[in-house]
Amino acid sequence: MLSALIFLPLAGAACVLLLPREREEAIRWVGLASSGLTLLLGAALFAAFDPSFGGMQFTESAAWLPALGVGYSVGIDGISLLLVLLTVVIFPIALVGSWGSITQGVKAFTAAVLALECAVLGTFLSLDLILFYVFWEAVLIPMAFLIALWGGPNRRYAAIKFFLYTMAASVLMLVAIVSVHIVAAAQLGERTFALERLADVSLPPASQWWIFAAFAVAFAVKVPVWPLHTWLPDAHTEAPTAGSVVLAAILLKMGTYGFVRFAPVLTPDALVAAAPLIAGLAIVGIVYGAAVSWAQTDLKRLIAFSSVSHLGFVMLGIASLNLQGMQGGLIQMVSHGISTGALFLVVGVLYDRTHSRQISDYGGVAALMPRFAVVFTIVLLSSAALPGTNGFVGEFLVLLGAFRVSAWWGALGVLGVVGSAAYLLWAYQQVMHGPPRAKHPERLVDLSRRELLVFAPLVAAIFLIGLYPRPLLDRSEAAVGVTLARLQRPSVAAACTPPQAGLGLTALPKRCQP
Amino acid sequence: MRAPGGLPPITTPPVEIGLILPEVIVLATALVVLVADLWVGPRRRGWLVGLSLAGLAWAAWAALSASPGVGFSGMYVRDALTCAGDLLALGATALGLLVAPGYLKRHGLDRGEYYFLVMIAGTGAMLMAASRDLLMLFLSIETLSIPLYVLAAFRRGFARSQEAGMKYFLLSTFASAFLLYGIALLYGTTGTTRMPELGARLAELPWSASGSAGAALVTIGVGFKAALVPFHAWAPDVYDGAPIPSVAFMAVIAKVGAFLALVRIFPLTLGSTAGEWTLALGVVASMTMVVGNLAALLQSSYKRMLAYSSIAHAGYLLVGVATGTAQATSAVLTYLAVYVAMGTGAFAVAVAVEREGDEADRIEDYAGLAARAPLLAAATALFMVSLAGLPPTGGFVAKFGVFAAAVEGGGPGGLALALLGVLTSVISVYYYLRVVYVIYSVGEGDPPQGVRILPCRMLGVALAVAIAAVIQVGVLPATVTSFSGRVVELFR
Repeated sequence: MLSALIFLPLAGAACVLLLPREREEAIRWVGLASSGLTLLLGAALFAAFDPSFGGMQFTESAAWLPALGVGYSVGIDGISLLLVLLTVVIFPIALVGSWGSITQGVKAFTAAVLALECAVLGTFLSLDLILFYVFWEAVLIPMAFLIALWGGPNRRYAAIKFFLYTMAASVLMLVAIVSVHIVAAAQLGERTFALERLADVSLPPASQWWIFAAFAVAFAVKVPVWPLHTWLPDAHTEAPTAGSVVLAAILLKMGTYGFVRFAPVLTPDALVAAAPLIAGLAIVGIVYGAAVSWAQTDLKRLIAFSSVSHLGFVMLGIASLNLQGMQGGLIQMVSHGISTGALFLVVGVLYDRTHSRQISDYGGVAALMPRFAVVFTIVLLSSAALPGTNGFVGEFLVLLGAFRVSAWWGALGVLGVVGSAAYLLWAYQQVMHGPPRAKHPERLVDLSRRELLVFAPLVAAIFLIGLYPRPLLDRSEAAVGVTLARLQRPSVAAACTPPQAGLGLTALPKRCQP
Repeated sequence: MRAPGGLPPITTPPVEIGLILPEVIVLATALVVLVADLWVGPRRRGWLVGLSLAGLAWAAWAALSASPGVGFSGMYVRDALTCAGDLLALGATALGLLVAPGYLKRHGLDRGEYYFLVMIAGTGAMLMAASRDLLMLFLSIETLSIPLYVLAAFRRGFARSQEAGMKYFLLSTFASAFLLYGIALLYGTTGTTRMPELGARLAELPWSASGSAGAALVTIGVGFKAALVPFHAWAPDVYDGAPIPSVAFMAVIAKVGAFLALVRIFPLTLGSTAGEWTLALGVVASMTMVVGNLAALLQSSYKRMLAYSSIAHAGYLLVGVATGTAQATSAVLTYLAVYVAMGTGAFAVAVAVEREGDEADRIEDYAGLAARAPLLAAATALFMVSLAGLPPTGGFVAKFGVFAAAVEGGGPGGLALALLGVLTSVISVYYYLRVVYVIYSVGEGDPPQGVRILPCRMLGVALAVAIAAVIQVGVLPATVTSFSGRVVELFR
C-alpha cells in the first residue's frame, strides 16, 4: 500500500510524459488525477491507521543492494502519517493552483511536480537510511528545476543556491550514515541500514556527537534553522507559486521530520545534550524571522521569512523533548504547511493579476476583490495563530511544552506569536486597505471559481484542525510516546536525573517526561 | 636430452587458446572488418558495425563461459577480474562503435579502419585486465594506446585533430617510457616481472629506493593513461581536438584499462605492502578530485568540461583503488560499469549536435535543446545528473559504493577521502546542472545560430543502451553489484 502511494505520482508523471506536448488540458487533468488518486489512497491510509500502536505500520521491505545491506523498506507511524497526509493534500492544490500561471512547458512542469511528490512521500516513508537519503536527494532535482525554469527574474541564482546549499549540507549526512552502518555492522554482526535494526545499536559518545552534528546540519539547512536559512528567501521568492507552496508547505518539514525520526533513535544522548542549543537557535529564529519579515517590501520574501519564524516554533517544540512540545511541533508542521501554502497561493493570485510582488504596488485591494479579502483574512489569522484556527493549536502546545522545560524558552517564544501577528496584520493593511495604488486596477478581478476551489480545502482544514485537532493528536500520540521513550535509555536517564533549576511547573525532571 | 650441435632445445610455451578466446574473437572480428571493408560499398557500411557487434557479443559470451586459469608461462591470468574487465571493455567498445557511424559519414571519414581501431583498443583494455606480468601490462597498454593516437587524429584534414593525435602520441610515449623504466627498476630489485612473485619479494625484502622508485614510475605510467592529476594535462587538449566519437570512446576505454591495471597492481599484487602506497594514492586521488572538479567549473566548452569531469571521475575511482579492500575493489568495478554508460553517453550527445557544419562544442550551443529535441535533451539531463552522482541514477550507486568502502576500510585517511569526495561532488553539481539549465531554459536571448540536430539511428541505440544502464543501476543496483562482488573471491 505504501509503495503504491509513493509510486502512484511517478506513474502519473510517466503518463504525462507520454502525452504530446500540445494537449495541455489532458496533461493537466492526468496530473491532477494521479495526485488526486494519491490523495484518496492517503485518506484510506489515514482511516486504516491504528492510533493505539506507536510502532511502524504497513511495513514493506525487500533487498535492494544486498552486498551493502541496503534494503527497500518503508513504513508509517503517527509522525509520518501526519506529514504524508499534508503532502497528499497540498500537491493537488498546488497543481490546480498553477493552472492559471504556468502556460509554458506545462508537460515538464506537471511531470516535475509529480516526481517531486513521489520523492517527498518516499522521504517520509523510508525506514532504511540509504533509501531515505536517495529520496531526500532526489527531491532536490525536480525542485531545482521548478525554480530554475518557471521562477522569477533571479531564478537561476536562486535555484543553484538552493541546490548547492542543501546538497552540501546533506552529503555529510551520507558519510555519517555510513559511519553508523559500520558501527552497527560491528555490534550486530550484520550489514544493515534499516532504522529498526540500528535502533539496537549504541554509538560511542564521541562518534555520537559528530554523527548527530552531520545529521543536524543536513536537517537544519532544510528546516531552516537560523543561521542556516539564507537560501530560503531567494528560493521561495523566485520559485513559481506551486514551487513556493510545495517548498514551504512540505520540503521544510523534511528537515524537522528528520530531527524527530532519526536523532532520538540513532543519537539520543547527543540530542538530549544539544536540546538547549537547538532551542536557543529556534528562539533566535522565531524572533529574527518575525523582525526581518516586518522589514520586507516583497510579499513573498515576507512570507519566506515568516517561515523561518514559524519553523522556529516546530524546532522549539522538538527541543523541549516532551509530549506536548513534540506533538505541538507536529501539529505546527501540518498547520504551517496549510497556512503558508495558502499564503503563497494568496500572493500567487495577486501576482497572476498584476505581476508584482511589491507591497507598495498594492492598496485597497479589499474593495476590488471582496471574496479574496475574506480568504486572505482567514489564512492570515491562521498564520498569526488566532484561537480557533490551526495555527493556535500547534503554537499553544509548543509553548506549553517549552514552558515545562524553562519559562524563558516559553516567554521568548511568545514574543514570536506577538511579532507574527504584527507583521502579518501590517502587510494585510498595506495591501488590502488604504488608497488603491495598483497601476491597472481593472486587472484586479475577484477570485475565479477554480481559485475558490483551490482555497476551499485549505480554509476547511484551517478550521477543522483549529476546532477539532483530536484526530491528528490521537494518531500521533503513541508514536511520539515511543520516540520519547527512546530518550529514556539508561545513559540518558542518568544525565537527566538531577532536577533542573528554573521555573518548572512540576517537580519532576522535565526534559525526561514522556 | 640435448639436441645435436649442443644447443639446448627451444621449447615454445604452450598456446592456451581457450584462455584468451574472448580476446581472439575480438581481434579476429577486427581483422575481418578491416578486410571486408575493401568489398563493402559505402552505403552498406552499417553492416560492418553489425558484424563487429556480433563479434563483441560472441566475445562476451566466451568471457562469461571461459574457465579461469593461468597461462602463457604465467603472463596471462583469467579470473573474476579478467572476466569483469572483458565485459567492461566489450561494453565500452560496443558503445564506441555505435556512436561513430553518423559522424563519420557526415565528415567523409566513413572507413572500416575506424571500427578496426576501436576493437583493437578494446582488445588492449581486455588484456590489461588479464596481465599477470609487468611486461605483458606494458604490451597491452601499447595495444590500447596506439589505436587511440590514430583515433584522435582521425579527421585528417582538420588541423586540431592532427594536433590532438600528435600531442597524445608524444606525451603518451613519454609516459610509456616511465612505465618501462619502472618495470626495469622493479626487475632489478626483485629479479622478476611476474606480479605475484614481485609482490611477495617486495614484501620480504627490506625497503629499497629502487623498489619504491620502480613502483612509483609504474604508477605514473598507468596514471597517465587514466588522466590522474598531475599527469592529466594532455587530456583536455586531446579531448578538445579529437573527433567527438573518438573522445567518447577513448575517455572511457582508457579509464577501463588503466583502472583494471591499477586494481591488478595495487590491491591484488602489492596488497601486503599496502602501508607504503595507500597514502601516495590517496594524495593523488585528492588532487585529482579537487583539480578535476575546480577546473571543470571554469570551462565554457562542453568537451573540455567533460574532459575535466572525466579527470574528476578518475579521482573518485582512485579512492576505491587506494582503499584497497575487497569491497572497495568491487565498488571500483561497479563504478567503471556506470562510467562506461554515462561517460560515453555524455559525449555521445554531442555527436548529434552540430554548429555550422562542425562540432558544437560550446555549452551555449545546447541552449533550448529541450524544445527542439526533447528526447536528446532528456538523455543529456540524465547523464549530467548521473555524472553528478545524484540519486536515483547509477552515478549515485557508483559513488556511494566507493565512498562507503573508503569510510569502512580506509581508516581516518579513507574517511578524509570520502569527505573530500562528497564535497567535490557538490562542486560538480554546479557545472553539470549548468548544462541541464542551458538545455531547458526557455526564452533567454536568441537561440544559438546555425546549430542543427542530426539524429542517427545507431547513435540512438547507443544512447538508449546507456540510458537503460544508468537507470538500471540506479534503481536496481543489485544486478551489477552482485556481479562485481565476485571479485571478492580474489582476495581470499
